[in-house]
Amino acid sequence: MHDFTYHKPTSLTDAQSLFAQGDDASLVAGGMTLIPTMKQRLAAPSDLIDLSGIADLSGITDAGDHVTIGAMTNHATVAASGDVPPALAALAGKIGDAQVRNRGTLGGSIANNDPTACYPAACLALGATIITTAREISAEDFFTGMFETALDEGEIITAVTFPKPQAANYQKFENPASRYALVGVFVARMADGVRVAVTGAGNDGVFRATDIEAALGNDFSADALDSSSIAVDSLNGDIHASAEYRQHLIGVMAKRAVQALA
Amino acid sequence: MAKVTMTVNGKPVSGEVEGRTLLSSFIRESLDLTGTHVGCDTSQCGACVIHIDGKSVKSCSMLALQADGADVTTIEGLADGNTLHPMQEAFRDCHGLQCGFCTPGMVMSAVDLVAHNANPSEEEIRQWLEGNICRCTGYHNIVKAVQQAAKSMKSIPAE
Repeated sequence: MHDFTYHKPTSLTDAQSLFAQGDDASLVAGGMTLIPTMKQRLAAPSDLIDLSGIADLSGITDAGDHVTIGAMTNHATVAASGDVPPALAALAGKIGDAQVRNRGTLGGSIANNDPTACYPAACLALGATIITTAREISAEDFFTGMFETALDEGEIITAVTFPKPQAANYQKFENPASRYALVGVFVARMADGVRVAVTGAGNDGVFRATDIEAALGNDFSADALDSSSIAVDSLNGDIHASAEYRQHLIGVMAKRAVQALA
Repeated sequence: MAKVTMTVNGKPVSGEVEGRTLLSSFIRESLDLTGTHVGCDTSQCGACVIHIDGKSVKSCSMLALQADGADVTTIEGLADGNTLHPMQEAFRDCHGLQCGFCTPGMVMSAVDLVAHNANPSEEEIRQWLEGNICRCTGYHNIVKAVQQAAKSMKSIPAE
């Protein structure tokens, strides 16, 4: 790992000014992606700004029809929370392994927008709002591509608000080594209809499966599902799985989610 | 260089570290606590698991400076003098190791599991230990050891 200057500010204002002063500064939340990446010298920031010293970025607030989770809340805390939708707690409880869940955070996960991460699927399916130091961004506008988000330089996620679904379920087919989603499908029955988000499979990262949503809107049953309408050339093929296999898995995972909700 | 101060196995310690100094390096090289092993160094294998404020973490994936002010427990901090921690005792009784390289991480991870799930099922133990890899593949006896330790730890008040 190349060396850097470590900072641990106690306020968002200080974090932002440190970020602006650094030549090539990077923010770190739990560090479960960034630190291994830096160890491989795939990232070499001049300054590392640790957000863990800033008060009020962690915690879960239940507000009736929605729940707000602080950006620095770790996966283990979300997994153990009775205030978050059960599907979201279950999703958090299956990210990585126990030690990763004790460090990794919601904000870090969505800021990274790894195309195989679980949280982006929950954000998109539940219609979450990402709250930052500058504005509020809908999940739809936030995830803009593989490892890309709508965040501007130095803009910091402070919390995410999730509307509560009537019912929801997340199914993932894990890569057995990394526990990342080879394909993950989040199915949510919201007051205004069914929303389905797919992670792990898209060329551009997480996406909404609108054909599956329409089919489930007409008939909320596993029999109504068919993932063949999802264009194979929009899906990712790599050493772990071909695009055709991922297309098939989207249908299988979606069916499992719907069956779990029956 | 920056100063870092933390409590390790109940004792206050401090040292000068670079920004990039890993917590595992600080523990092993500055504090000479070599019970914490570094296996893969890519946060896969779990040989480096320690506790930060009572929660298990992979010390090869944390900076020493991120643990500034923290209460750290390593494998050396579990036993009470010559009396092994029940988890260590159970690993010995059940022969929950072959080469022993993964053992410190396995034990630290398992202690965290039993701390918040006093009666884990075999499936829960296997799921929890996903982040700990035994390349001798000696998992059966490791699981037995955790089950035995969970039983014996019920009679002991939580730390």
